[in-house]
Amino acid sequence: MISVKQLCKRFGQQMAVNHLSFDLSPGDIVGFLGPNGAGKSTTMKMLTGFLTPSSGEISINGKSLETDRISIQKQIGYLPEGAPAYGEMTVIQFLHFIADIREINGSRREQAIRDVVSKVALEEVLNKTIDNLSKGFKRRVGLAQALIHDPDILILDEPTDGLDPNQKHQVRKLIQMLSKEKIVIISTHILEEVSALCNRVMIIAEGEKRFDGTPDELLKRSNAYNSVHLHLSYAADISGLDELDGVKDMLVDHKTGKVTLIPEPGVSIVHLVSEYIYQRRLPVDQMTVEGGQLDDVFRQLTAPHAAEEVA
Amino acid sequence: MRHVVSIGKREFASFFSTPVAYVFIAIFLVLSGVFTFFVGSFYERGQADLTSFFNFHPWLYLFLVPAIAMRSWAEERKSGSIELLMTLPISVTDAVLGKFIAAWLVLGLALLLTFPLWITVNYLGQPDNGIIIAAYIGSWLMSAAFLAVSMCMSALTKNQVVAFILAIVVCFVFVVSGSNIVLDAFQSWASANLIDAVATFSFLFRFESMAKGVLSLSDIGYFVVFTGAWLYASLVIIEQKKAD
Repeated sequence: MISVKQLCKRFGQQMAVNHLSFDLSPGDIVGFLGPNGAGKSTTMKMLTGFLTPSSGEISINGKSLETDRISIQKQIGYLPEGAPAYGEMTVIQFLHFIADIREINGSRREQAIRDVVSKVALEEVLNKTIDNLSKGFKRRVGLAQALIHDPDILILDEPTDGLDPNQKHQVRKLIQMLSKEKIVIISTHILEEVSALCNRVMIIAEGEKRFDGTPDELLKRSNAYNSVHLHLSYAADISGLDELDGVKDMLVDHKTGKVTLIPEPGVSIVHLVSEYIYQRRLPVDQMTVEGGQLDDVFRQLTAPHAAEEVA
Repeated sequence: MRHVVSIGKREFASFFSTPVAYVFIAIFLVLSGVFTFFVGSFYERGQADLTSFFNFHPWLYLFLVPAIAMRSWAEERKSGSIELLMTLPISVTDAVLGKFIAAWLVLGLALLLTFPLWITVNYLGQPDNGIIIAAYIGSWLMSAAFLAVSMCMSALTKNQVVAFILAIVVCFVFVVSGSNIVLDAFQSWASANLIDAVATFSFLFRFESMAKGVLSLSDIGYFVVFTGAWLYASLVIIEQKKAD
């Protein structure tokens, strides 16, 4: 259970995080979205106790981060941006060091290291120095370090940034595999990642929360959500489509014969449109319903001063 | 305390997994030999003691200790691993002490490896070995003071070269404040008390008797308090600047 109240962080004149409040409970896999410099990393650094907030309160499992920092940090696994590590160490030395600091002792340590190594598939590089690893392996070492003590809370700052599509897939699978009882916070720029991984999305821009809800709710905010795309095999009179109930706008591309019908927000128009097509015998050979464009919503929500309050 | 040991072990191993410790120890041994035999005229003095060896230690440390300490925090901040370190369940004090002790042990090891000199004087004559051991302890204590200053300078910047130069400058001030160059400048106008005060802050002044094997409580206390103060300063600086 993480509870954040009126969190602020000021760097000089600039408010990096501005009165941010939210609550997270076990099972939440939260996607932290936002443009660069929105305050995602700053928020994560405050949650992990690296940065001290300028004002506001963070409490984790009922304890205040200010007074119980060390006991809270024991329950957190954190992958900082860029997965920094001690480059001159070998992977196995590094994991031993982390296990040592995390007070995983004796036979439990060997077990924990073995488990985490197989979880993130590090077997082949155990005795290589971290500096000589590829980006993908470095990221996995960072993940191993964050997972070794099986934390209740996992905070990952851009875990898939700079990885190739295969590696991204692996990291996503790993995150999905994690126990459902954990709180996972992932920051990312990649919108598709959020719909693939998360059951909750938080969009932050200019240090403020712009959206907090499920990925589906986010999609519903897209102008294009539930819009209907038609393709006509030959020109026909379609002016009536525009006048149907709930149709807000009709876009026609005369060259390709494509028609897009945009509904009023929250209205489903697909049955009306299909009825109309059936009655008028319109020469429609393709009809698709749009699920919504995340990029659109993202741009809309993070536009400067789009401080529209969201449920 | 447990965490101090964990961090210290890691730091100590990291000195030896990079060439840093080897280069440091090799140069320390070569230079201390050069100073003892050529500059300090070990043979010409015709005395069975190591005064000519210990007398040059402040000057050796002046350049070598900043070199070994410069990466301690600067590198950590540059690579971002400080974010990892400071989000592990440890206190900043653990990290400061762990790093300090690891580097101090490397310095201790370098000192121990000068043992051939000790064998040499014992072969050539009958030195007072008690004095030599006391002087070794004194020298190691003084190196802690150099180290604390240098680590504090390393905490100030992300750039190792800057850390190195700053550390030399600050250490230099504390070394020479007891030398005649500085004291002469004060001689003409300052009161005797002020001159004494300046002189007592000097490593040279403090180490003078230590090099002769006299470990007085005030000299030991001076180096312990001095080291503690600079370590505390680095702690404050790291708390402030870790995220910059």
